[in-house]
Amino acid sequence: MLSKRIIACLDVRNGAVVKGVHFEGLRNAGDPAELAARYNEEGIDEVVILDVTATIENRRALADTVAAVAKRIFIPLTVGGGIRSESDAAAAVDAGADKVSLNTAALTNPDLITTLAARYGSQAVIVAVDAKWEDGRAVVYVRSGQRGTQREAVEWAREAAARGAGEILLTSIDRDGTRKGFDCPLTAAVSKAVDIPVIASGGAGSLDHFSDVFIEGRADAALAASIFHFSEHSVKSLKALLRSRGIPVRL
Amino acid sequence: MIALIDYGAGNLTSVRKALSAIGAEVSVPGQPSDLENAMGVIVPGVGNFQATAGMNAAWRDAILDVVGRGRPMLGICLGLQWLFEGSKEAPDCQGLGLMTGQCDRLERGIEPVEGQAWPLKIPHVGWNALHFPRASRLFDGIEEGSQVYFTHSYAAPVTTDAVAVTTHGKPFASAVERGQVFGVQFHPEKSGDVGLRVLKNFLDAV
Repeated sequence: MLSKRIIACLDVRNGAVVKGVHFEGLRNAGDPAELAARYNEEGIDEVVILDVTATIENRRALADTVAAVAKRIFIPLTVGGGIRSESDAAAAVDAGADKVSLNTAALTNPDLITTLAARYGSQAVIVAVDAKWEDGRAVVYVRSGQRGTQREAVEWAREAAARGAGEILLTSIDRDGTRKGFDCPLTAAVSKAVDIPVIASGGAGSLDHFSDVFIEGRADAALAASIFHFSEHSVKSLKALLRSRGIPVRL
Repeated sequence: MIALIDYGAGNLTSVRKALSAIGAEVSVPGQPSDLENAMGVIVPGVGNFQATAGMNAAWRDAILDVVGRGRPMLGICLGLQWLFEGSKEAPDCQGLGLMTGQCDRLERGIEPVEGQAWPLKIPHVGWNALHFPRASRLFDGIEEGSQVYFTHSYAAPVTTDAVAVTTHGKPFASAVERGQVFGVQFHPEKSGDVGLRVLKNFLDAV
């Protein structure tokens, strides 16, 4: 049976992981390669590197970071943040990324989804959808959640899939950083609407939140950052709990 | 020297990286005649079966020649499907015919989780378990039920050549082995320690 995936997100700025990292026994807790290797040992299913600054000066540093991480782990690696063109995507892939995650660029230039899917295969193209509830409608936001659009999340996810996206990374702006749990109704609405896998993101604060998003939210994968960075919850204990509840995981 | 075939279907970086991590000497031949000195050949690839058309008759002959000389071959993902006679994904493209049967689209099934019936998604993306109908060289030292990373919509039938079977909707051949010809539907370069062991087991056959 296909396992539900647990994905760790590393928010990276100038080659270092930002957000608190409290792992014991790491030489440099802010070093993405060290952290990725640690997660890999604990049984994480995938790693996402998110360039939170995404400036041009930072591109070189990002490529070095991706290469350093890719050298240490042999599980799927995604790079996102500021990928706006085919050459941005090529730089990430050449550095060792298996998938790229498009956000703002997918909306402003949807042909990029198709171009990248043709060049690397749909499995290498993730479209990130950031959504926020407004008057009962899940509105798509761009530019790191700064700007609202006319698009609705379910309808945009369907279009992205039709244009060649291989997965949807769905982030609830309302829940992001709150640790109140994933937005299960939003996730279920998108997951039921598309055939491709949906990765839920935003709001993970306890282990129960993960089983909620897999069962109620119909998520195929769940992504989190800070909950794993703080050693309070290990990937292993999360997966053991999920398995005890009948949710298929890789242990 | 292992020849890693690049026919434009996806990127080879991950496969190269995994092979070099386990100490393999790899080269990417620029033309079919470069295969003459290959001790083994790996055909990776993702995407549509149509992409195998990127290998013209000269490439096919060179690869079949390597196999004919008893040198091992490993097909990965689309590379496994290419070992068969063809695929319903692209009926006009011929497979190598080293394995009997046609590849077909995965079936939409229902998966019971927590008392709910969940429709299965296609493509089949993520980690799923390997079950071994018989002992094989490819899975030497690997535990029954080990999970590996998949991403595909089409799959090969379970025949006597299947050495690993995985179920998504219906059972399919997640690995095949006949003589010196090997194939894996999953991505060993993305399947952690289990995947590296599979690659190492292939190298041992070289």
